[in-house]
Amino acid sequence: MAVFTRPRHAFVIAGVLGLALSATACGTGDDKKSDKAGSAECAPYEKYQGNDGKKVSIYASIRDAEADLLERSWAQFTDCTGIEINYEGSGEFEAQLPVRVDGGNAPDIAFVPQPGLVKRFADAGKLKSLGADTKAMAEQNMPADWLKYGTVNGTLYGVPLGANVKSFVWYSPKTFKEKGWEVPTTWEQLITLSDKIADSGMKPWCAGVESGDATGWPATDWIEDVLLRTQTPDVYDQWTTHAIPFNDPRIIDAVDRAGTILKNDKYMNGGFGGVKSITTTSFQEAGVPVTNGKCAMHRQASFYANQFPEGTKVAEDGDAFAFYFPAIDPAKGKPVLGAGEFVVAYADRPEVQAVQTYLASGEYVNSRAKLGNWVTANNKLDIANVASPVDKLSVQILQDKSGVFRFDGSDLMPAAVGAGTFWKGMVDWLNGKATAPVLQGIESSWPK
Amino acid sequence: MEFDFADEQPKLLMLMYGLVAFVVVVGGLLLLLDVVPAWFAKRREAQLVAASTSGTPLPRRPKQREGFFAFFFLLPTLLLLAVGLVVPAIRTMLLSLMDGSSTNWVGLRNYGWMFSDDSIVRVLINTLVWVVLVPLVATAFGLIYAVMVDKARFEAIAKSLIFLPMAISFVGASIIWKFVYAYRGEGDQIGLLNQIVVSLGGEPRQWLLESPLNTLLLIVIMVWIQAGFAMVVLSAAIKAIPGDIVEAARLDGVSPWQMFWQITMPSIRPALIVVAVTLTIATLKVFDIVRTSTNGNYDTSVIASEMYNQAFRYGQNGQGSALAVFLFILVIPVVIYQIRNLRQQREG
Repeated sequence: MAVFTRPRHAFVIAGVLGLALSATACGTGDDKKSDKAGSAECAPYEKYQGNDGKKVSIYASIRDAEADLLERSWAQFTDCTGIEINYEGSGEFEAQLPVRVDGGNAPDIAFVPQPGLVKRFADAGKLKSLGADTKAMAEQNMPADWLKYGTVNGTLYGVPLGANVKSFVWYSPKTFKEKGWEVPTTWEQLITLSDKIADSGMKPWCAGVESGDATGWPATDWIEDVLLRTQTPDVYDQWTTHAIPFNDPRIIDAVDRAGTILKNDKYMNGGFGGVKSITTTSFQEAGVPVTNGKCAMHRQASFYANQFPEGTKVAEDGDAFAFYFPAIDPAKGKPVLGAGEFVVAYADRPEVQAVQTYLASGEYVNSRAKLGNWVTANNKLDIANVASPVDKLSVQILQDKSGVFRFDGSDLMPAAVGAGTFWKGMVDWLNGKATAPVLQGIESSWPK
Repeated sequence: MEFDFADEQPKLLMLMYGLVAFVVVVGGLLLLLDVVPAWFAKRREAQLVAASTSGTPLPRRPKQREGFFAFFFLLPTLLLLAVGLVVPAIRTMLLSLMDGSSTNWVGLRNYGWMFSDDSIVRVLINTLVWVVLVPLVATAFGLIYAVMVDKARFEAIAKSLIFLPMAISFVGASIIWKFVYAYRGEGDQIGLLNQIVVSLGGEPRQWLLESPLNTLLLIVIMVWIQAGFAMVVLSAAIKAIPGDIVEAARLDGVSPWQMFWQITMPSIRPALIVVAVTLTIATLKVFDIVRTSTNGNYDTSVIASEMYNQAFRYGQNGQGSALAVFLFILVIPVVIYQIRNLRQQREG
């Protein structure tokens, strides 16, 4: 059976070559030492030093360009402390994290964007509570509202990291100026403007909720934003904690009100088709017609700034900008819907705690903000380090002490609802199903 | 867009390492498979030669040792089966009797949920539709095609055309078909199906949103992939029908119709069963197509995708496990049928 006489030589050569290559690969690299440790630029990192050569693994859903920024943001920290951070971003983060944790392969630190998931891990006893330093740092720098979302049964497990503001409507300042439209500041003005635009032949709104595995989430933001405007923040809290049923008449009312825009064929869906096209339009694409005059408004979070085509000027006098999603009764204040991720730890080794403390510090948030496209609720953030005008606006809103802030409701709910039936229900709803049966279905799926 | 090789150097280096590692591992395995049996064969040959020249009978291998050897070779498989199949199966069954966080026992509640929740009943019905239609249509299509192209002029080309989709992954195929079904509200349709509809004067439709049509459209994808498999196996079976039987039938003056039902069908029956059973099991497990095309939205979900969602995305381990166990139970009769069939063939 000597079929391979000739190829055998090739294999042997290839094998030797491979071994030689991997040997040289092992020889170089991996000897980063904190030779800068004593220098002046490392002074702020002194309190994290003493863990030279230790490794900390971080797991999160942030990938690609944003992940590169993330790794650059702590470069100086790793240089000065000698702590090596192994970052891994995954598109399947939410599904894979529980698998890894249950399988005994938990990362040291994870950035979890859902307080509901933080609670699940804390309840299961998998999370380490914060070290004293981290806790002090977090309490000093973060608003109480935000700390509440990282707290489970009175123990603080998650330190808020990045943040985004969801109560924004994207529009084109250029188009608005050309047509003589005014930025609406009340719900009534918003509807009047929508009618006016619809009569002019343009579709006033565009929306898209397709998002792969997570299809449906942008619609849940709509409902949450409207609910915050039709009801008090207390009702909102009762809804997210299931103190009132999911199909409470007040919720039905809010969904129906969102439906007056989302399910209105006269308003929807600029450049994509009828109302039903919302479910198949990807959320990344959905707002782009704002810049080419096919639709006028797109309600989406601050991070949508990254989705506009290259060359789009995102500014108050540019091709695209955002205004605050108007309140229904301005006398009740200006509620803000937002979200963000929380730093939780599955290990409490000193180097892990050092990284966690650092991520809550002013040095870190400013280092990350300087790289662009990033906002946090951390009050040590110097607004001068925030470049983009939308991010500036977001920081002002987040740091506004009088504002009513509420976290994205679907992220607070158990995953079976918040990442399951609520998303699915919204898809069915946009696809033509009536409000009451959809909400009834979600209510009955709430885990007992 | 400029491509700077210097910038990409670490990635390219990585790629090269990967390639070299692949060659080393695969080459090493091939080498092993080549050298080891060859060495044994050579030794045996030497023994034979030595035995024949000295005139002594060939030393027989003791029977006991053979049994020991067989066990030794089976051991890794048995271990892997236990670790990878038996233990997880038992664990899944236990988990299906527990709640979402796998801490409290809830008895058969998860199974009750499965048959009472409207959306899950829908999932079960969808799976049934898949399991009935895919093996039936794919096998029928493969059979008709195999009979039609048999001994035709461009048989090889015609067969490769149908077989090509087999080379595409389920995810790739789903993406291709998603473009076929794509919809544009305004302007030119980028979807083939809608373009045909529009050029015939119709209105474009959002195919994947309309239940139950969308499930059928997803089934088309699976049939597209699997018909080639059915065709290849059945074509081989047709070719294996002994020539004298066909000739004898011809001499008796059968019509093509009679030839098909009286000669071809009975002769290829074992192959037909193998194809149908394989396709049934593949269909029960279908996951990629649904997940890629609709993600189970618009009433298109099937058991495998719902199981993944419940267990891994919604944190409902109990409900996910119950679905998995149910899927397991559905597969068992098919497997038993297949084993009995194989046994009968061996005896007959």
